[in-house]
Amino acid sequence: MTRFVPATIDELREAIAAALAAEEPVEIVAGGSKCGLGRPLQTPHTLDLSRLSGVREYQPSELVLTAGAATPLAEIDRLLAENGQMLAFEPPDWGALLGAGGARPTLGGVITCNLAGPRRVKAGAARDHFLGFRGVSGRGEVFKAGGKVVKNVTGYDLCKLLAGSYGTLAALEEVTVKVLPRPETVSTVMLGGIAPDAAVRLMAAALGSPLEVSGAAYLPKGYGPNVSPRGVVLRVEGPAPSVAFRREALRDHFAAAVSSIFDDDESAALWCALGEAAPVSQPAGRAVWRVSVAPSRGAEVAEAVAGALDADWFLDWGGGLVWLAIAEHGDAGATQIRAAIKGADGRGTGHASLIRGSVGLRRAVPVFEPQPAALAALSRRVKDGFDPRHILNPGRMVEGV
Amino acid sequence: MHMPEPDAAVIARRAEIATALRRIVPGDGVIVSAPERRAYESDGLTAYRQPPLVVVLPETVAQVSAVLRYCKAEGIKVVPRGAGTSLSGGALPLADGILLGMGKFNRILEIDYANRCVTVQPGVTNLGVTHAVEAAGFYYAPDPSSQIACTIGGNIAENSGGVHCLKYGLTTNNVLGLEMVLIDGEVIRLGGKHLDADCYDLIGVVTGSEGLLGVVTEVTLRILKKPSTARALLVGFPSVEDAGNCVAAIIAAGIIPGGMEMMDRPAIHAAEAFVHAGYPLDAEALLIVELDGPEAEVDHLIARVEGLARDNRAASLRISRNDDERLSFWAGRKAAFPAVGRISPDYYCMDGTIPRGRLAEVLVRIGELSRQHGLRVANVFHAGDGNLHPLILYDANKPGEIERAEAFGADILKLCVAVGGVLTGEHGVGVEKRDLMPAMFDEADLAQQQRLKCAFDPDGLLNPGKVFPTLHRCAELGRLHVHHGQVPHPDLPRF
Ligand SMILES: Cc1cc2nc3c(=O)[nH]c(=O)nc-3n(C[C@H](O)[C@H](O)[C@H](O)COP(=O)(O)OP(=O)(O)OC[C@H]3O[C@@H](n4cnc5c(N)ncnc54)[C@H](O)[C@@H]3O)c2cc1C
Repeated sequence: MTRFVPATIDELREAIAAALAAEEPVEIVAGGSKCGLGRPLQTPHTLDLSRLSGVREYQPSELVLTAGAATPLAEIDRLLAENGQMLAFEPPDWGALLGAGGARPTLGGVITCNLAGPRRVKAGAARDHFLGFRGVSGRGEVFKAGGKVVKNVTGYDLCKLLAGSYGTLAALEEVTVKVLPRPETVSTVMLGGIAPDAAVRLMAAALGSPLEVSGAAYLPKGYGPNVSPRGVVLRVEGPAPSVAFRREALRDHFAAAVSSIFDDDESAALWCALGEAAPVSQPAGRAVWRVSVAPSRGAEVAEAVAGALDADWFLDWGGGLVWLAIAEHGDAGATQIRAAIKGADGRGTGHASLIRGSVGLRRAVPVFEPQPAALAALSRRVKDGFDPRHILNPGRMVEGV
Repeated sequence: MHMPEPDAAVIARRAEIATALRRIVPGDGVIVSAPERRAYESDGLTAYRQPPLVVVLPETVAQVSAVLRYCKAEGIKVVPRGAGTSLSGGALPLADGILLGMGKFNRILEIDYANRCVTVQPGVTNLGVTHAVEAAGFYYAPDPSSQIACTIGGNIAENSGGVHCLKYGLTTNNVLGLEMVLIDGEVIRLGGKHLDADCYDLIGVVTGSEGLLGVVTEVTLRILKKPSTARALLVGFPSVEDAGNCVAAIIAAGIIPGGMEMMDRPAIHAAEAFVHAGYPLDAEALLIVELDGPEAEVDHLIARVEGLARDNRAASLRISRNDDERLSFWAGRKAAFPAVGRISPDYYCMDGTIPRGRLAEVLVRIGELSRQHGLRVANVFHAGDGNLHPLILYDANKPGEIERAEAFGADILKLCVAVGGVLTGEHGVGVEKRDLMPAMFDEADLAQQQRLKCAFDPDGLLNPGKVFPTLHRCAELGRLHVHHGQVPHPDLPRF
């Protein structure tokens, strides 16, 4: 059992080359905050990237930041905030959710897990902000892709492939991301006492309006400031006069249902909590699923599962993201959830990921959505092109990948 | 620029291949006669021409699948084509390859306002998507200037952008689902109406893959509600530096305009002579800044941008009072290419991206190169995202001018890379920038990209000769060089 702790790209390459020569896989860790994500690994070695840290280039007016892959997110957030900027995809921490309190999420970590918070609906996920990288493949070779400018189509967009690859293709050493201005003000309009199907329609109306809603969620009963029945929250962000106008426009449009409005810190705290899946994270022992479906089907999928099993749930992304907490009996709802995604006609699209579960559960059920055979075979060929001997996080996503 | 040596044996089989293809695509969907094939001999990069072996125009996914399966079995190359507006030669045919025209895939399959998406066939034009949804107040955000002609399939392949992409993203940020056919005929579906991938983000790599990974047969795109207001400023500056500083100041103030375009003096003059938009002819640089959103926001931001422009030595400044005036500000910029086409028999459009802070320096250098190569240049610039379009003026009828234009273009792109930028911001590598790839990527980078290609197309039959300067066999790329039992650098920290 070796723990490699490279401090340079050359040391990173040597560490992977050594693992490759011995044909002994490594588990890649950086801040350690996402170790509980994905299928459990049993690797003889650990590749600890935490020394590949620190911001290397940052010019606020270029909207671009380059940093060591293991740079703590907190450090990046602080630096960006000082310059009135942010990572617009609202990367969540999930420390409390995964019981990894104290571990520090890193920039490379949120990218390789392709995380995104409530602003996903407007600003995209980590994939949409990931501009370039340098890293080492499972072949033990240093390579780079993308660039350090916001617009680039030179060569295949390997950034997209690496985002959400959970460290199974390459170990990132340096990453470049797009950064954006932090909104001056934020306001949230809350609509109380809404039934699930009405909530989905209401969120679609809000997101389909020109009001640039940057968050649309449907909260569980009793969650959030002053909601006891289930309620919808809608967020607007931007310059103060614009936010004031759009908040009033939402208030007028949904007049009868508006139960409260809250601004600034209170609003920021709510959306942060939703990104952290706070409404379903307690009690700790339950399995937590994150389900991506067509927004119009969010309530239907959640209710189908909750009708069959004891589940707590809420919706984000205008209904397109269903968070579910289910007791760890049997497959903890995997079968019901995946059937609900397909729907009555079997044609629904989407995917369910088991975000929190015991090691036993994560070993027993597919943590990520199983793919049709042709697609699974293609994903395996992609893996083999980067990591032919399955040295890097083998099986973290799917057996054989 | 050399294409892979055509296979004479395949060319000799033209008639037999056409017969086999006619069994798959009946009727007039297989084109063999030389004059008809010539209609497909080039795309938007007109300097290169090559009639294809045979043209096939399939109408169904089953036909696409059968054509590809046949080509794979027979070892025949395939070049997919949309509308043929690629500016990098992405759709340039091969003498020994089939040209697979996707123009008959021209139906809008579903409009789903509740999920804010549209599902279309790849031959639908970019503007066709917006037309299908505009009655309900929606639009499709990426808007290449070629949008009346170019197809969604081509947009996916090139990851096309437009003037609105700083705020609303390139094609890749607006695709939810794809259906594509692999070279072995297998039909796969990626994504749908939901967000993010279930395993590897293959939509993300197929977008921008220039027709090298598979043939796209269906696309689900995100649509947005039209902003309720849009207004623009037209600002003239006494120098390019001032205009560049103004752009930086706008971004630093936390403003992301819907569009922010810059033109240099030659481009201003060409555009003004062509459309009489009222551009200031004494300006060294012209900036068009468009703000969109709710009226309250637009009014607020227009005032802020106006202040920043004045702080940065704006010499003239107009603010649109109505939509007609706003469109008149854009008229010159939108017509910049044809306007330049009027003052020169031919022009060659470049597409590098640079860190915006280096703009003034890069334009000075381009001016020097212009004198050195003896060719004029006009610059238009997506200022918000650093994407520069120098238009090199030349005359193809004068011996040697094409070669000089190409050499000048290559120098510009190398300059973009040297200052920290990239070879192409939205037009793609194609054949045009293929041989410049080593300026940006080393052998290991390119080999890794080609290993991705191998996962999709192990025999290299899809659009070969594009993007990669050297073609390696997949078996060779897959070979591992491992030094068994040897642990390098035993002093490496291990705990
Ligand atoms: C006047 C003019 C202005 C332009 N302005 C812009 C601009 O503002 N922004 C911008 O980004 N681009 C611009 N372009 C470039 C060009 O229009 C885009 O690259 C466009 O996306 C190409 O679309 P197309 O349908 O013409 O594709 P084609 O030129 O036919 O093909 C382009 C590539 O796509 C592949 N392809 C096409 N269809 C498929 C399919 N179904 N499956 C797989 N591969 C496929 C081809 O093999 C080829 O590699 C401009 C071009 C012109 C001529």
